[in-house]
Amino acid sequence: MMSISEVNHSNGHRKARCILAVASGGGHWVQLLRMMSAFEGEHVIFASTIPSLRSEVADSQFYTIPDANRRRPLALLRLIFKTIWILLKERPDVVISTGAAPGYICLLFGKWLGAQTIWVDSIANVERLSMSGKMAGRVADLWLTQWPQLAAVDGPFFAGAVI
Amino acid sequence: MIFVTVGTQLPFDRMISTIDDWAARQGRTDVFAQIGPSSIKPKQIQYADFLAADECRRKIESASVVIAHAGMGSIITALELAKPIIVMPRRSDLNEHRNNHQLATAKKFLEQGSIHVAMDEHALAERLATIDSIQCCGRVQRNASEQLLTALSDFVQRGKLPGRVLITPPRDLPDATADLRPAGQTYR
Repeated sequence: MMSISEVNHSNGHRKARCILAVASGGGHWVQLLRMMSAFEGEHVIFASTIPSLRSEVADSQFYTIPDANRRRPLALLRLIFKTIWILLKERPDVVISTGAAPGYICLLFGKWLGAQTIWVDSIANVERLSMSGKMAGRVADLWLTQWPQLAAVDGPFFAGAVI
Repeated sequence: MIFVTVGTQLPFDRMISTIDDWAARQGRTDVFAQIGPSSIKPKQIQYADFLAADECRRKIESASVVIAHAGMGSIITALELAKPIIVMPRRSDLNEHRNNHQLATAKKFLEQGSIHVAMDEHALAERLATIDSIQCCGRVQRNASEQLLTALSDFVQRGKLPGRVLITPPRDLPDATADLRPAGQTYR
């Protein structure tokens, strides 16, 4: 049987983990915020493509990242530099994203730098995963879809939805 | 007030002009639209190109009904605030979006019955005729489902993965929110 001190050691006084939560502005961001109560007691840092979203998470650190996708190579390059800079500065234990492309980039480089990675594909993707959602399957330690009909044996898994 | 929104990224002139024409015919002055980066400016209704997220939320809060593109940000915010919402999906063949996922989203949520859907501008024009008697048909809490929150905190705190899905759920499972139990068994 565990003594009380062991219990405290393993649970009560566990060091808060640093979580980088990333989503593009709009629906991806709205979905990301709905999951944040899962990380109470952890140190959460946000990143998004729309600067004004800072006010929605006023108690937390917030980084603006460039919006980019594969059709905009220059913006993609700027996004990659900013992502690496944030990751090196904050050294998150976990990177989580609901998309879109900028979220995938953060997962990719986060994984390279040793973070655990979580992808929750947007609930808007009812019939198939998004392009970044499919690519995220290769770098996400926890790879989730929000629709049971899209779950597969090797992932993505279904474990509930944001609504 | 009727609040209209096209989301943060793209214009949606097919929806805006349908509402603007209707408002002009009816002499409505209680319509406010967020129209995005559009070259076509409404004649009758009040509008802004963009609204900050908190401003958009306040508009939805004070609206009697919301009309929006079939984007999840608009749908979820309206459901959180228990406002009736009519969505009209964007179409990629009309260059309104990169793909047709909004059609699928709209159909899925229509099946669930939690929102009103107008599949095109004609259906929207019809729906506008009875807009003053529209009822809210869905509401959600501010947080994700308990099942998802547990999966996330299990992973972050204990490194516990949902595990392998032993049985692929049947393709005709009704939806993600109607019954969470069978899916719950897939990750425990």
